[in-house]
Amino acid sequence: MTARRLSYGGRIDRYRTITVEFDGRSFAAHPGDSLASALLAGGQTIFARSFKYHRPRGLMAAGVEEPNALVHLRDGARHEPNAQATMVEVFDGLKATPQNAWPSLRFDIGAVNGMLSRFFGAGFYYKTFIGPFKGTGFWMFCEKFIRSAAGMGQATTLGDPDHYEKINAFCDVLVVGAGPAGIAAALAAGRKGENVILVEQDHSVGGALLSAVPGGVSDVWLKKAESELRDISNVRILTRTTAFGAYDTEVFGLVERSQDHVKAPEVGKPRQRYWLVRSKRAILATGAIERPLVFAGNDVPGVMLASAVRKYLNRYAVLPGDRVLVATNNDSAYVAAIDLAKAGAKVMLCDLRQKGPKSLFARARAAGIDLKLGHGIVKAEGGKNVRGARLIAVDAKGKASGKEISVSCDLIATSGGWAPALHLWSQRFGKPEYHSNLDAFLPPAERGAFTCVGSLVGATSAAESAMQGHTAGGSVGKLDPLPEEDDFWGRGLLPTTVITRANGTTPGKAFVDFQHDVKLADIDQAHMEGYVSVEHLKRYTTLGMAADQGKTSNLNALTRMASLRGVDVPNVGATTFRPPYTPVTIGAIVGNDHGLHFQPTRLSTIHDWHMENGAETIEAGAWLRPWYYPAKGETLRDSYIREAAHVREHVGIVDVSTLGKIAVQGPDAAEFLNRVYTNGFKTLPVGRLRYGVMLREDGFVLDDGATARLGENDYFMSTTTANAAKVLAGAELLLQAAWRDLKVHVTTVTDQWAAIAIAGPKSRAVLADLTGADLSKEALPNNHFTNVVVDAVPCRLHRMSYSGELAYEIYIPAKSGLKVWEALIKAGVPYKLKPYGTEAMGALRIEKGHVAGSEIEGRTTMKDLGLEGFASSKKAFIGSVLRRRPLLEDPDRPSLVGLEIVGDVGAKAGSLLFAMNVPKKGHGEGWVSSATYSPALKKNIALALLSRGPQRFGETIEVVDFVGNQTLQARVVLHHFFDPEGHRQNG
Amino acid sequence: MLRIHCPVCGWRDETEFTYGADATVRRPDVNNVDPKVWLDYVFMRDNPRGPHKEYWHHVTGCRQWVVVERDTLTHEISGSYLAREVVG
Repeated sequence: MTARRLSYGGRIDRYRTITVEFDGRSFAAHPGDSLASALLAGGQTIFARSFKYHRPRGLMAAGVEEPNALVHLRDGARHEPNAQATMVEVFDGLKATPQNAWPSLRFDIGAVNGMLSRFFGAGFYYKTFIGPFKGTGFWMFCEKFIRSAAGMGQATTLGDPDHYEKINAFCDVLVVGAGPAGIAAALAAGRKGENVILVEQDHSVGGALLSAVPGGVSDVWLKKAESELRDISNVRILTRTTAFGAYDTEVFGLVERSQDHVKAPEVGKPRQRYWLVRSKRAILATGAIERPLVFAGNDVPGVMLASAVRKYLNRYAVLPGDRVLVATNNDSAYVAAIDLAKAGAKVMLCDLRQKGPKSLFARARAAGIDLKLGHGIVKAEGGKNVRGARLIAVDAKGKASGKEISVSCDLIATSGGWAPALHLWSQRFGKPEYHSNLDAFLPPAERGAFTCVGSLVGATSAAESAMQGHTAGGSVGKLDPLPEEDDFWGRGLLPTTVITRANGTTPGKAFVDFQHDVKLADIDQAHMEGYVSVEHLKRYTTLGMAADQGKTSNLNALTRMASLRGVDVPNVGATTFRPPYTPVTIGAIVGNDHGLHFQPTRLSTIHDWHMENGAETIEAGAWLRPWYYPAKGETLRDSYIREAAHVREHVGIVDVSTLGKIAVQGPDAAEFLNRVYTNGFKTLPVGRLRYGVMLREDGFVLDDGATARLGENDYFMSTTTANAAKVLAGAELLLQAAWRDLKVHVTTVTDQWAAIAIAGPKSRAVLADLTGADLSKEALPNNHFTNVVVDAVPCRLHRMSYSGELAYEIYIPAKSGLKVWEALIKAGVPYKLKPYGTEAMGALRIEKGHVAGSEIEGRTTMKDLGLEGFASSKKAFIGSVLRRRPLLEDPDRPSLVGLEIVGDVGAKAGSLLFAMNVPKKGHGEGWVSSATYSPALKKNIALALLSRGPQRFGETIEVVDFVGNQTLQARVVLHHFFDPEGHRQNG
Repeated sequence: MLRIHCPVCGWRDETEFTYGADATVRRPDVNNVDPKVWLDYVFMRDNPRGPHKEYWHHVTGCRQWVVVERDTLTHEISGSYLAREVVG
């Protein structure tokens, strides 16, 4: 292969020369080049080493289908693996390095694998690592060696310095592919006034027209069409953009490589942009991908696709070889051969067909091409570079019959027909239909909101493609004529892509999947071993499972499998395509949704005060809550013990704005509450509030909380922070679907109300001072509320206790939350009022034996939690029947107890419980749900669920933490550790 | 991603909704005490291949529960209406 840059032609900017680097060498390039064309022009022949056998590989293609030329791009944090050199636009200072080669591209020690290939055939790993060796130990030993020898590029471990963004878009028509068909479609639809998005993965529109000899009629057509398109305001052209996914209801995922073609993104611009497009209809003009021929040595550098050779020649002005052997089974390679001959190459063309269009043959001969009909390549000669080929005569069915002849050449250009790029169509609709005359799977022209046009559906010329696009776009305006080019899509194709000797063997390795190093022999072996389904074949041989997803290999493998089985191709089946069409970076998918932007952070209106006063925070769902307020030098443990003790001795306040709050309103509100709560709510008078328990439909506990009756038809329900959304959604479903006769509205008012709990023996005094209201036991008993005014802010004061202390909750219009908090702090000074966080709140509720999320965790019943007293026997409620299922009433079920831990070390939540002197195996007889140090009891305590718990008070058990490897002893007690009679909270 | 027609808000992305339940199942009468009826209601579901009715909650939109008629094979949505407007 003696590639060189021609002094004329090409669609490159010859006035500017830039420098790119590959494998430590500098190459001159011009804007408009791809990395592949620049390196090819500079004489680079080996671009990579192959996946398994480390064979030297050169360029096979010039576009998105390139399986070989994967390189590392850039360095440092912007280092990127597995970039296709054919798809990388050059920029000055572009640096690329080889991957999967050691010590160098030209000499790679891993190539020894090639000699061992008879051991590395299909199923090597399954057979080696599952058969003779027990367990996975041997695989785990070998894995790191295998992984470092095989494989692709390596990702950087540094953080990505660039940013990415997402865009939502809507359009009437999405046109994918800006070749002649796509352009004509976008023009017609655009003229009609439809909103059009035209997507092109290249940096220029034109598609296959860009591979034509520059200066021809198609260039005039393209220039005019593009200029009109850019003038239509309702047409948006997205270049450097790949439509990678087609989803239900005409939703498409696109990735725009907006700043990949420059050294580093401009300030403020995203590196890539992820488009989510909702379209009313789609026109797919995605073209077709040329199929390689399969013969021995078909992966030697210098064996390329004919369409790629033509593209390098005409678009990039690179003549990839001087003595070219073109091999084809169809018409489309002739145009490449003729262009090569006109550019000065000595061309021999061997056509597997014995008959074909005489005019084409005549034109080839007129161009000085040595035409060999009825011949195929049986072997490419050469190691690191093509030196020649052995040809063999074939009969009318493509079967080798004659003797071999040797020819000398430095480039082989092959065409085995075309495979439509039907990936997007198949993602959406599944299996396409096989057309034997084209030896290809084609989508139908119309299905649902999809129209397929151009080479994708086998259009035979650029003119026909454009006409199909024009029609699909709505036939508005005049379609300028394109020449009836000779680029006939596989016309007169002989469906033979595999060339073997007469005895069926290949004289050397013949590759089907180049990127995953799957040989013809591997497919034959899989067939011998009984593989029938194409999906199994794929997984057994790994064919089509590399980053290119088999763009050049799937069809060749299918046809081989079909011929081995003696069936038609459709009977072998086609694999299903799934997104993405080409790899999409994780960065583009993530966009800005990471770190703090991953989900919104919910903050109470008092949050700033907590931060200014040194609170440490903890996440509770999306909320950030004050966890504890450390004094100087305090740990979490020091703080919460101090805070909890202070509440019991004086008074404390805690921000409980995060509680779920639901307004339940309407004439049937009482009936509704009576159905969703297990306890009775019909009798709750105005001015009172009541603790209630809710079950799920299956009878397990869902949530608990207090509901206040504000007026005749007006209730204020509170839920736990964690379950607020679930309770509301469930209530809405019941009211909208099941109980449509109930006149009730439920509305979330969580964000409308701030809430503060005030707890401790001095809480009444603080609030009386602050509000001037009569808060005596008689005026405001437990479970009552009253309206109060604090600093001109109307608030509602609920008397209820979660800590077991005399306690209140004050509900404040959200915007005044901070004002009332600060008023409380001020009014509390004489009473030593202090804020406390969620950790102390947890300690207090454990001392009191109140259940929380650690106990109401979805697997516990009312009986398990000692809440049976809240289950009304006089009415039906959600879960009232299923909670009585026999297994849920099993007396052996773990139920709630308290544990007093023996010794100074506390228990860990999640520890398992065992009776003394039994083997510590299995799941034990229960578990610790919540644990704390109790300042009131001056010992470590815990809430636990223990089998037959209440019958075991006084028993000493063992508490085993298998994770922390800790065993403790504990005494089983009633879970109400502190003030079980409730004197303090009712006082 | 599906696009779902909300009778109140129009065509919206699936991400605005949460799937709720099988809409062909009707909740038994509140006062029914037969465990078998409740077991059927809570646990027994068909898994149809083809047209199906589902409850979707327009949770970040109007908060209406919508009955969506969706083909489980093709994902095609043939209709949608408010759960509160179901006849019967």
